[in-house]
Formats: sequence, structure tokens, C-alpha cells
Amino acid sequence: MDKLKPDRGLLKIDENECKGCGLCVEACPPRAIRIGDRLNHCGYRAAIYTGAGCTGCGICFMACPEPGAITVFRLVDRRTLPVSDSHVPVEGAVPCASN
Amino acid sequence: MRKQLMKGNEAIVKSAILSGCRAFYGYPITPASEITEAAASCMPKTGGVFLQAESEVAAINMLYGASSAGVRCMTASSGPGISLMQEGISYMAGAELPCVIADITRGGPGLGNIAAEQSDYHQVVKGGGHGNYHTIVLAPHSVQEMADLTALAFELADKYRNPVVLLADGFIGQMMEPVEFSDHAVAPRLPAWAVAGTPESRGNLISSIYLGCDELEAHVRKLEAKYRRVEHDEARAEDWNADGAEILLVGYGIVGRILKAVTAEARAFGLNVGLLRPITLYPFPAARFRKFATQARVFAVVEMSNGQMVDDVRLALNGARPVEFLGRAGGNVPTHNEVLALVKKLARQYCPAHEPEEMAHVWRSGS
Amino acid sequence: MSGAVDPDYTVAHSRPKAFYESFERKEELQHQTHYCPGCGHGIVHKMLARAIDELGVQDRTILISPVGCSVFAYYYFDVGNVQAAHGRAPAVGTGIKRSRPGSIVIGYQGDGDLSAIGSAEILHAANRGENITVIFVNNAIYSMTGGQMAPTTLLGQKSTTTPDGRTAEHEGHPLHMSELLATLGAPVYIGRVGLGDNRQIAQATRAIKRAVENQVRGLGFSLVEVLSPCPTIWKMQPVDAQHWVRDVMEKTFPLGVFVDRTNEMQPPAGTNTAPAIGEIPRILGICAGDAGLAGEIPTSQTGELDLRVRVSGFGGQGVLLLGEVLAEAGMDAGLEASWLPSYGPEIRSGTSNCHVRLASSPIDSPLVMNPDVLVAMNEPSLKKFGAGVRSGGWILYNGAMFPPEYVREGVHILARDFTREADAIGDPRAANMVMLGVLLEIAAALPQASIDAALRQCVKQPKWIDLDERALARGRALLREFMERGAA
Repeated sequence: MDKLKPDRGLLKIDENECKGCGLCVEACPPRAIRIGDRLNHCGYRAAIYTGAGCTGCGICFMACPEPGAITVFRLVDRRTLPVSDSHVPVEGAVPCASN
Repeated sequence: MRKQLMKGNEAIVKSAILSGCRAFYGYPITPASEITEAAASCMPKTGGVFLQAESEVAAINMLYGASSAGVRCMTASSGPGISLMQEGISYMAGAELPCVIADITRGGPGLGNIAAEQSDYHQVVKGGGHGNYHTIVLAPHSVQEMADLTALAFELADKYRNPVVLLADGFIGQMMEPVEFSDHAVAPRLPAWAVAGTPESRGNLISSIYLGCDELEAHVRKLEAKYRRVEHDEARAEDWNADGAEILLVGYGIVGRILKAVTAEARAFGLNVGLLRPITLYPFPAARFRKFATQARVFAVVEMSNGQMVDDVRLALNGARPVEFLGRAGGNVPTHNEVLALVKKLARQYCPAHEPEEMAHVWRSGS
Repeated sequence: MSGAVDPDYTVAHSRPKAFYESFERKEELQHQTHYCPGCGHGIVHKMLARAIDELGVQDRTILISPVGCSVFAYYYFDVGNVQAAHGRAPAVGTGIKRSRPGSIVIGYQGDGDLSAIGSAEILHAANRGENITVIFVNNAIYSMTGGQMAPTTLLGQKSTTTPDGRTAEHEGHPLHMSELLATLGAPVYIGRVGLGDNRQIAQATRAIKRAVENQVRGLGFSLVEVLSPCPTIWKMQPVDAQHWVRDVMEKTFPLGVFVDRTNEMQPPAGTNTAPAIGEIPRILGICAGDAGLAGEIPTSQTGELDLRVRVSGFGGQGVLLLGEVLAEAGMDAGLEASWLPSYGPEIRSGTSNCHVRLASSPIDSPLVMNPDVLVAMNEPSLKKFGAGVRSGGWILYNGAMFPPEYVREGVHILARDFTREADAIGDPRAANMVMLGVLLEIAAALPQASIDAALRQCVKQPKWIDLDERALARGRALLREFMERGAA
């Protein structure tokens, strides 16, 4: 794998919205989500992104019962984008392309 | 407008549409079916919706939907069907949804019969459904009142966001009398609280659920305050030869008509008899009863039931005056002579000052 | 990251806009649902919210929240919200959609709501082809109330009300609502999907969107049944519950599309437009002005008129019509009038009678117990009402011989075979009008113009009007003959 090639997708999990059901862990094809060790404010062990491997497929998003606990991002393919394209920059998401 | 000879049940529908009603959901039942039939014929022509529901339960919930969407709507049924509607009526009262329900009463309990009784009083006036609520109840005694009180029913329903029941018996529903309608048709309006599938109404919610105890209590208190306003502002009764009457007859619906005839005849005899006819059964016109209690010696309540409204008369008078009761059931109507006999008996019992000359003929005509 | 171009990412899947930003109707947990971890409702909510977003119908959508765990669906959906009684969402939806055809009505129901208490409402809404969308979440148990049996509980499945497991002998078989509704002619789309694995979830997402889209296109009734996990009541870990949907539930409730008429359905042609408000009285047949009065009686002539009539016979003898023409004529002449059909225990027994009053003063009681005139079309009527006729009153009896036992002192009797009289002028069925002619001649209060007008109001067919006019004239002549004979 080309170390410099970024992942196609990226995940943001709102730790405090997650109830730790684990359905996203089960759903994620590249197994890029796991249950963390820390309790959130509701007393659940929340799911966390392992930090690598997300393909942006969105299956975890659909499998998650919470409205916005998971946000899935996709890598913008700059080769196909016009220069002026105003894609939404990711706030608070840690790019995990260059691990 | 020119008077037209019309059945009470038909007058309800025409008045409803003139009052802006644009949806009717119902299930046929004798003796209310003419209302449903008239609605089936009139609603589509006037841009309204008519649908025969699969049951009274469905019909009242269709009203719940139509009313939620801000549409003036109504249904009609009779005792057994009204029993089935009680669930929806409670929900509508809880969710503060206006609607008009015509109950053209028949005999009960159970299947009873299809003759006219006034035995739906308790289930309609006292709230046959669950929870702390009231329906406003109007009791017409003529075909003209079927029209007029239907118009009033829609007004009150909207004003108080509450179901209003038009409680009429089979006689008033089936009989024809000249009726005059307003020449003005009310245009349907969309209330601000409605959920109408529009951007403006997107934030609205129709619901009767208040999960927290304090929350529900606050809601119940709010409803209660509304009912107090209704009681204060909307009680209606007709008094007929009641001023100074020593014997006050009390009856609603068709009984009110019979009592008018009896009153006329008794007065011709020289008996000091009057009539107090509640037009609103809820709010009960208690203040009028208290007013006349200062003059009347006795109140005689006549009903086509085993005594339901009489409880409200007793509560209104609170022991201030004796209350006598004459009730017939099963579809039997208290006859003119039966009531007259009661009046004569009461005259002997409570108005001895008239003896002997004035009353002599009364004894002769006997009871 | 060293040396690499900063990769930029765009949002691909995020909280649908059809959800509120924060759930302010709730007291706490402003961003979470109230559902248990792993509950299928949250997933179905998201699918539905996403469909609303993608179809661009958020402003038009009205969601009906049921009774069950999803009773608070309105906490989450930023659409018009209506909460309905248990099982009644399809009826409520009908009431909304019929009056607001531009709205997108979505009923959201659980298995108790839809398949038990609301089985009638869903069946009939589907059968009428209401243009609504129903999402049916089936988790085979009553969850909110603590795990009682549902109609969809599997055979052998334990619940608090089937502690040893459901048996077909005692509780019946699990109810297959989708298959049942698929037998109906009207539904456009009925399908069962599951939340048992990724493939099922993707399929469910598409089905729900389709069910909403069908409504947007005006095609008609669509229902999606979703097999959905309830980890809490099933007492399973969320992932195990998910697998149970796929591995166990699906065996009883096979997934599939049971009806799909999407391609053959056409949206209905233009809806019924409402007439102008000023037109309403005319459409209702409410007559303007008072020009219609044909022959008002001058007050001086009426004196204190108070005519009480009872008309009685068997069904089909024109009893009610006779009374109606009389009342109509009286009203036309400016009198007070009332007409009361037989209304009592005998209403369906084949006999028919009515009370008519005409008076110059307001009518108190419309009931006529002591008539001035009794029109008796047959002997039973005589038996029933003859004794009530007031002294000085009349009995008109349809029969050549008046039964002697009903003769009363002080009561005028005119007995005649009126049916034969009617026959002689063209039709025996006009006997009622011959008798009305007699009555009108006795009462002598109503102008002919009012009677003509009443006849035209009550009798629609011209050939009958002509016949009835001759019948009335015959009746009048009969009375005159009778009086002359009496006088002679």
C-alpha cells in the first residue's frame, strides 16, 4: 500500500451521541471501527474510529440507530474537480490519510 | 332566505357546509343515517370530502386527522356509534382539536332499539371517554335549531379548540319543519396551529401526550381554565313563561316541545307553570336554574331516560328547591297527559294557596 | 502527512436535514434518540429522514406518530407532526390526506399498533388505496409495554403473556400483514425488508425511499414492513439481535416485494376544485329571497288556525308523501308547519304514519295525539289511532264500509274506497291524494296556489303531478258530495 495515498473515506463519531451498541463495528467492511474503553456522559462505551481504512461507504452510518452519531466523509478527487469547487472542508475531523 | 321544509338531519348538513365544514367522515346508523347520506351528496359538490369509514372508531380518527390539518369537520352517529367514538373524542379533547359530532340518539343500553331516547346524556355530557375533559353539548329542539346550533357548534369548536356534540333525538332528526338558513357561507380558514403540510405549519405538533406528571397536570389545568370560560360565557337556556312560574318544567330536545304544549294548556287552566329548557347541556345553564329557584316552588324534570339530566338540575339547585322527575324509556315519549297529570299533582302539593276556586277544575279533570 | 498534499474530505453521509438540529421537545439528550442501544427504530427513522431529504418534501411531510416505543417520533422529525391513538394512524392519515392532497402523509406504526388494535384501519386504508406511506416496524413483540405477545410473535417465542412460548393452537399463527394486504387490489407497493445485515439495511433504505416516492408521484398506497431488532426485550446483545432478524425472524417472515404496481399506476387526474364561496348556498339548494311563496293567506283569513292531522297506513300507500304535501302547502301559505314521521318502536314493522301540524302561531309539540283529522288508509290504522280523534274531528277511512266498532259519537266519518276512486282517474296509487283532497276541502284554509306549489315541490315527475292534481280535485268533489248528501 502506498503510504502516501490517503484513505478514500473518513469517519467522525460523536462520542457523546453513541450508545455503544456496536452495530457500526459489525457493519464496517474494512473493520475500521471499534468500541472504545472510555465511558461517555451517558455511561456507554462509545464506538471510535480506528483512524485508518475508512472507504467512505456509509454502511456504518445507515446501521447506526442514532441520527447524527456518525458522519462519513469522502475524499475529494481533485483530478475530477473544477478548481472553483467549493467542497465543504472538514471541521474537527482528523485526516487519517498519512499514517 | 326563504324558508324550506326540511328534515332536521338534512338541515344539519346544509348548515355545516354553510359554516365552512369541508370534511365528513361517518358510519351509517339509524336514526342518524340521513346526515351521512346528505353529506355524501352535498360535500363533494361544495369542494369538501365525504368518506364512509369502516367503523365509528375510524370515522372519529379521520376527523382527528382532518381537524389536525385545520379543516372544519364533522361526523354523525347514534348511541352505539358514539360509544365507539369515545376514544377519539377523548384524544381530540386532549389534543384540543375542534370538530362537531351529531348524536341522534336511540334506545339503549346495548343494541336497545332504534326509537328515540335521551339516554346518551351521561356518555355525551359527562365525557364517555377517559380523562379530565368536557365536550360542549348543544341540544336543539326544532329543525331551525338543528341549523342554528350546528352553525354555533362550529363556532364554539374553533373558538375553544374542543369537540362539540349536537345532541338531538330521533324525533328532531327525522321531522320536517320550515327552516331558514343564513345567506352567508363561511369560507374555510386555516388555523395557525394546524398541521397542513406547508412550510409555515411545519413546526406544528398535534398531540395529547404529556409524559411528565407536572406537564400533564399543567395541561389539564389549562383545559380546566378553558372549561371555566366556556361555563361562564356559553351557557344557554330558553325560558318560556318562566318568569314568576311556581312550577318550572325542565326538558330538552323533543321533550322541550312537549313541555311547551303542556305549559300552554296548564296555564290555560290557571296553573302558574313555566318551562326552562337547557340549550347547552355542557355548559349546564346552572345560573339560570339558580335565578329561577328564587321564584319557583318546584322543578319538574322530564326526560326520555331514567333520569340523567336531572342530576345536573339537582346540582345546579343544590337543594334550594325540590326536584321531581318524570322519565320514560325504551322509545316511549312522555305524553302530554302524563306530564299534565304530574303538573296537577305538583300544583296540589306545592301551590296550596290557589285552592279552592281556581283549582277546582283541576281536581275534576283529575290526574 | 509529511510531504503529502493535504487531503480534503467532503461530507458523504451525515445527519439528515429532516431531523431537528436538537431535540428540544425532549427534556434531556438533545442529540440522541430515546431508543435503547441497537434498537431498529433509530435506523428506520434515519432511512425515512433521508428519503424525505432526498425527495425534497420536508415542508410537505406530515408524520403520524403511533403508540408504542416510537410514540415520540415527533421529537425527531422536523416535519409537520401528528400523534395518533393506538392503531388509528391510517384513519388519521386518511383524514389529513383527503383534505390536504398536497401533503406527504407518512404513518409510522409498530406491530401492536398496525397488526392488532389497528388491523381494521390499515386494511381499509390500504383497500381504499389512500395515497399515503406506511412504515410498519415489526419486532415480533410489544416492547414499550414490557414484552407481551404481538400478533407477529413467532411460534415458540416467549413473551410475558406467552411464558412458555407462543403456540399455534392457543394464540394462532404469526400474522403476515404484508401478504394479507397484498391480496387487495389497491396498494401500489407492499414489501418486507429487514435490518438483519448490511445487505438488508441497504435494501430497506431503498424500499422506504420508494414508498415515499410513490406518494410524491401520486400513485397511491405503499407499505414497507421492516423486520427490526429489539435487543432489550429480546434480551440479546444488539449485534445478536440483528443476526436474529436475519437468521430466525426471516424464516417466518420472508423478505420480498409482494405488490409492485408502480409502473402501471397513474396519478389521478386533476382534483375536484372547490366552488366559489358565494355559490355554496345555491349549490345546497338554499333558496334566496321569499319570492317563492305561491299563495300566502292573508292573516285576516287564517284567524287562529291550528290543524292537527295524523296520516296512517302501510308502507307504499303514500302516507308520508300525503303529509309532506300538506306541510309544504301550509308552509307555502305562510303558516307554521311540522311533519313528523312515525318514529318509535314500530318504525320497521311495515306500518307507516306521520303527524302534521299547521298553525298560525308557533307550533309547540309536533306530536299529534288527538288529531282533528285522521287519514286512515286501512283498518289497522283505524284501530291504532281512531280513538284519539278529537270530538268534532274527522276520520277519513279508505274502505267502502266503516267498521262499526270504531264509530264514535261526535266524530265525522267519511268512509270510501278511495283506491277505487283513484283507479277511476288513472292510477290506484293516487288514493292518498284523493284523501288529501278531502282533507284540504275540510280544512279549507290553504290557497290552491300553495297546494299546487307544494305538489311540484314534493312530486318530481310531471305525469304524477297531473294525476295528483286530478286526484286532489276528485277528493274535494267527494267531500262536497258527502256534505250535500248529509245536508239533504
